[in-house]
Amino acid sequence: MARYGMAIDTRLCVGCMDCVVACKTENRVPEGLNRDWIAYETVGTFPTLHQEIRSERCNHCDNPPCVTCCPTGASHVDEVGRLVLVTHEACIGCKACLASCPYDARFVHPDGYADKCTFCEHRVKEGLQPACVAVCPTRCFTFGDLDDPHSAVSRALASRRAHPLAPAAGTRPRIFYLD
Amino acid sequence: MTPELFITRHNALIDPFVHVWSWQIPVYLFLGGWVAGNMILTGYFMLGGRHTRRSPLLSALPGLGLVLLSLGMLALFLDLEHKRYVWRLYTTFQWTSPMSWGSWILLLVYPVLVLTWMVRPPIVLEDLSQTVERVSRHLQADRHVVRAIGISSMVIGVALGVYTGILLSSLGARPLWNSGILGVLFLASGVSAAAAFAHLVTHSPDERALTVRIDNVVLASELGILALFLLGHLAGSAAQAEAARLFLGGPYTAPFWVLVVGLGIAIPLVIQVLAARHLVQHTPIAPIMVMLGGLALRWVMVSAGQFSHWAHGAMRIH
Repeated sequence: MARYGMAIDTRLCVGCMDCVVACKTENRVPEGLNRDWIAYETVGTFPTLHQEIRSERCNHCDNPPCVTCCPTGASHVDEVGRLVLVTHEACIGCKACLASCPYDARFVHPDGYADKCTFCEHRVKEGLQPACVAVCPTRCFTFGDLDDPHSAVSRALASRRAHPLAPAAGTRPRIFYLD
Repeated sequence: MTPELFITRHNALIDPFVHVWSWQIPVYLFLGGWVAGNMILTGYFMLGGRHTRRSPLLSALPGLGLVLLSLGMLALFLDLEHKRYVWRLYTTFQWTSPMSWGSWILLLVYPVLVLTWMVRPPIVLEDLSQTVERVSRHLQADRHVVRAIGISSMVIGVALGVYTGILLSSLGARPLWNSGILGVLFLASGVSAAAAFAHLVTHSPDERALTVRIDNVVLASELGILALFLLGHLAGSAAQAEAARLFLGGPYTAPFWVLVVGLGIAIPLVIQVLAARHLVQHTPIAPIMVMLGGLALRWVMVSAGQFSHWAHGAMRIH
């Protein structure tokens, strides 16, 4: 069974937001809401500043708190690629999953259920890349099976230093940012 | 130098900081805690043999519990975004989810409350129905049954009271809530609210003296538990220490120290200690302050907890 993850090259990402637009179009994300977004983090003291630009989304964690806190099992780990998904008809909209996510990756869909990035599960099942990965003009994304040492994502992670977001939260995220 | 974080996302209820839970959840947690306290007090009174004589409190607390619990569940229901699927809570049991545990515990609470009410029902209810009077007589006749009901009431009450805190503390993404002490704190606060209410409504000097003594012990314990809560956070991870600073100079300092600690615990504790020693008269002021303080505690914890975040080390700009 695959374990899908992503490596994002922070040296290539320019924050153009093509990934954001592609996601909204592909997944018909309602107006005013986003499944992915861009973060600009600046560290240091002028004039020695360093800025990292990141495309962020649900991290499809190996230890997903949104799944363990869900009272109905609507949030679950799917068999396909161990993606963290939400069954809309089982979600009561209690918002515990929104509060449990250290990445604030979830939101309430106007129809009432919790929504978030699915790694474009419908495309991945057909052997396609997630929409954000497919459209990126700088090719900063590498998507694939983290358990396959020969996959592009595993090779990318083996070739460079990378960091996940908020590792201290203990969720074991599956998106890594190449330094 | 604090990193500066600019995010292009503007999701409702999430940005600029999480505010998914409004008034409904603090009200639900307060009412749930109050019911838990009622059940613990009722069980304690029954084990102490108070059911053998007319006890206004024993007749009132379980019935009140039924009403409060229903109001609390209504508040919880109003908070749901996908209301027509609420029945899904009862088609599964998710053992890792405190909310799932809570929804099943709430189902146990109702029959236990009804049973405890039947041991010593209000006179009005006995007059209305001979069946109630007969059931009550049968229950009172067997002290083992009364003992079993009393213990059940206390056990389920503790489970309910602790659950109201664990519901928050299990959400590790919010560093302020990330402490098991919240379970004990909310349990103590629930018992305190129940004792304060009993103190407020009882006309029996004996029951008033007893409930004031209980409340004073619990209020003093609450101060100690709050101190441990803050110390635990300050000695914890950077995110937890920063979360604690929300109450120590941060934006929640005034509501926490004035409403929760000052007006909700410390001042009524002083008044009630003086009343217990017959230095001042019993008045409704202190118990009302205790009850409002219990509500303020949930309000402040729910609100500040949502404000606390793993990325707050960075200055967030939206």
